[in-house]
Amino acid sequence: MPELIVYGIILGSIIALGTIGFTLSTKIAGFCNYSHGDLMTVGAYIALLVNGTLFSNVGFLQSKIGPLSFGLGLLICFLPAILVSAGLAILIDRWVYRPLRRHGAPSIHFDMVSLGVAFIVRGVIYVIWGADYHFYFKGVRSMLFLPLGIKLRPDEIFIMAVAWALVAVTYLFLGRTRVGKALRATADNPDLARVAGIGTERMITWNWAVVGALAAVSGVLYGIETQLRPEMGWLFLLPLFAALVLGSIGSITGALVGGLVLGMTQQISTAWLKPTYKPAIAFLVMILTLIFKPEGIFGRRR
Amino acid sequence: MEIEGILSFLASFAVMASIYAIFSLGLNVHWGYTGLLNYGIAGFFAIGAYTSALITTPKPTGVLADFVDQAIGLNQPFLVGVLGAAIASGLLAVPIGLLTLRLRESYLAICTVGIAESIRLFLNNEAWLANGPEGLVGLPQPLHGLVPPQYYHYLYLGIVLVFLALIYFALERGIRSPWGRVLRAIREDEVMADADGKDVFLFKLQSLVLGAMIMGIGGALYAHYSAAIQPGLFTGLFGTFIIWAMLTVGGTGNNRGAILGAFLVWALWSWSTYIVGKVVPAGLQTRAPFIRYILLGLILVVVLLRRPRGIIGEERQVSRF
Amino acid sequence: MAILRVENVVSGYGSMEVLHGLSLEVEEGQVVSMIGPNGAGKTTLLRTIFGVLRPWKGKVYFKEEDISGLPPERLVRMGMAYIPQEYNIFPSLTVQENLEMGAFIREDDYRPRLEEIYELFPDLTDRRQSGAGDLSGGMRQMLAIGRALMLNPELLLLDEPSTGLAPFLVDAILDRIKDLNDQGVSIFMVEQNAYKALQISNRAYVLEGGEKRAEGNAQEMLEDEEIGKLYLGR
Repeated sequence: MPELIVYGIILGSIIALGTIGFTLSTKIAGFCNYSHGDLMTVGAYIALLVNGTLFSNVGFLQSKIGPLSFGLGLLICFLPAILVSAGLAILIDRWVYRPLRRHGAPSIHFDMVSLGVAFIVRGVIYVIWGADYHFYFKGVRSMLFLPLGIKLRPDEIFIMAVAWALVAVTYLFLGRTRVGKALRATADNPDLARVAGIGTERMITWNWAVVGALAAVSGVLYGIETQLRPEMGWLFLLPLFAALVLGSIGSITGALVGGLVLGMTQQISTAWLKPTYKPAIAFLVMILTLIFKPEGIFGRRR
Repeated sequence: MEIEGILSFLASFAVMASIYAIFSLGLNVHWGYTGLLNYGIAGFFAIGAYTSALITTPKPTGVLADFVDQAIGLNQPFLVGVLGAAIASGLLAVPIGLLTLRLRESYLAICTVGIAESIRLFLNNEAWLANGPEGLVGLPQPLHGLVPPQYYHYLYLGIVLVFLALIYFALERGIRSPWGRVLRAIREDEVMADADGKDVFLFKLQSLVLGAMIMGIGGALYAHYSAAIQPGLFTGLFGTFIIWAMLTVGGTGNNRGAILGAFLVWALWSWSTYIVGKVVPAGLQTRAPFIRYILLGLILVVVLLRRPRGIIGEERQVSRF
Repeated sequence: MAILRVENVVSGYGSMEVLHGLSLEVEEGQVVSMIGPNGAGKTTLLRTIFGVLRPWKGKVYFKEEDISGLPPERLVRMGMAYIPQEYNIFPSLTVQENLEMGAFIREDDYRPRLEEIYELFPDLTDRRQSGAGDLSGGMRQMLAIGRALMLNPELLLLDEPSTGLAPFLVDAILDRIKDLNDQGVSIFMVEQNAYKALQISNRAYVLEGGEKRAEGNAQEMLEDEEIGKLYLGR
């Protein structure tokens, strides 16, 4: 059981990263982005492309860093992953969501269209890389043996470190910078933000940049933890939604808490259920939240 | 012989398109008429298919029982299977509706995704029920002995068209009935309909159940046509998304549009398979089917951006969209 | 000069027309109130002026410039500020952050202005780091007004500033509004509490069913029997 809790925290940290972006974009862009998961997938695969295909072939920076399973090459790849994911999110907004905003389309259309975008992005990844699993690195991974029967890989400590460092950076960005505060304000009360003079379009662009970056990092981290498959982001949608609802839409702290709870709940459930049921567990958490406390832990009943 | 080949192809094309048209009509009840965002069509599809399969096949005995795990096998005729599928699907819609109909639309959507996923996982993992990932094969095909096997397509097409026609006319009558008018009023302005004293929740639930039953019938018809089903078949793309593309293209809120969209999108789907088969070099053939993801996604996005009402658009009796 | 002029504006939501050709004006330095029953279209009017809604017909002029349909971001730069009736603060931000957001588009250092706002509303000073969502109704209104003032607007649009406030707080808020006017800010105020609004106004309009029913000097309207019966509950 302690092992499951620890794994749950690791998984939860990755989910939390994704959920922070998800909660921001739901409030700022104004709809539930069904292609959010696929932004994660894009980030993961770009890192695969740059490190796995480019660097590996020339043996560039492939020697493993200490006890980690990967070299500097993969580490550097966080940057292109972030840039591509963020850039893609902004482009998609320009081409798809902005025209809809101009037409004054109802919010449901955005949901629907984002589903279409999700399938397009996933299709492209399928076509380029195929449906098989991919890995960042092969071979046996070193293991640390901790008390309470917990077996941890050094990679997983790295994942936690990166995830929480990024959470800290995001907190600082949102809490201390002018743009960060404006993003929070827009997420909090989009109508008032507009009326106060905070340009909506600018905020939306910033929103997609941040969301894309966070999604990319969670994607790469998840790839390090397990493996890459084109559906990996889509499969994250249920836990993301569940964490979103549990933590209350628009609350960054809520996204953190929600992510951790979801991660732990899913992992602990494997003590009694087969691991493949994890998405169903996420769904159960969401349904229970919607029944008993639909505004989430940190929400206000308006 | 060329002609025969073409006709046969057209027949099987028409069968699948008609089955999908039935799904499209079901989605039209949910989304077009009631504004319910159902992203879990695959779930009703699967329930319909599996229920009919379990009803119409016998429980495996003897040697077969070593290979096939199946908990229920009632060995009933085809029509009983279809009826069972409709009922099971409708029954599934009830708890879903009770749980989610009071929520905002976006929540209903993700809940239906979750339910469809859970159903698929359950069928996949609980092999004792319906043979898990390997699924069920040898599903009986109605009136099979009546014609030589190579003409079976035409026979089944006839069967499916009968169902399609019945459902279409029933819906057309339904939407012009007092019940249908209330439904439309709810979609226009829920607050006003509520103030008028109509039990909005009840109407939405009825609509959810009705659409689900139609989808269940579609699932059963599919199962008996392909004679084999596995959980892996009812994916998001094949079981939900393609139907959304069909309804959006054809015309949301319009039954004729639903049927038209089904035929058009299925034609695009089949044609793209053919083109891809010819154009793509052999090495990449395994990747080629995934182009459909891109294609369908593009269709949905482009239609929603340019012509959200679809080709036929909504009938004049209902004003919004 | 009329700092604000609305000319034959027709506006509404979707296919529903709410304002049927409305005209009014606010002279520079005045307090002008618009009173009328609920659903008359008062909020619609403010939103049409402030660019949240586009006028279907007619024009809006600010300082004699045509601003019809310009978005809020532009109007804020030109010297107008709008305080909505409800949800007019950022509840998950602190008091200080709320004010900072008011100054978001300022190029220069906003901090001197921040201190001025705290002097204007001393009760907020003790609560700089409090969450705005935890404030009482009266404090929220002050914060909402403070936010709008961060850019030194020349014209302030207020939507029912007395909403949900106890009577003594209503007086306090309206007094502050009068103080602002004494310092040179023109005020256009939509109010349910017609009597108190008229007391601090120079001129007033009556809006009902999306149309102008009456207009004139505020003092005279206060003393007018008919207006008193219809709209002031006398």
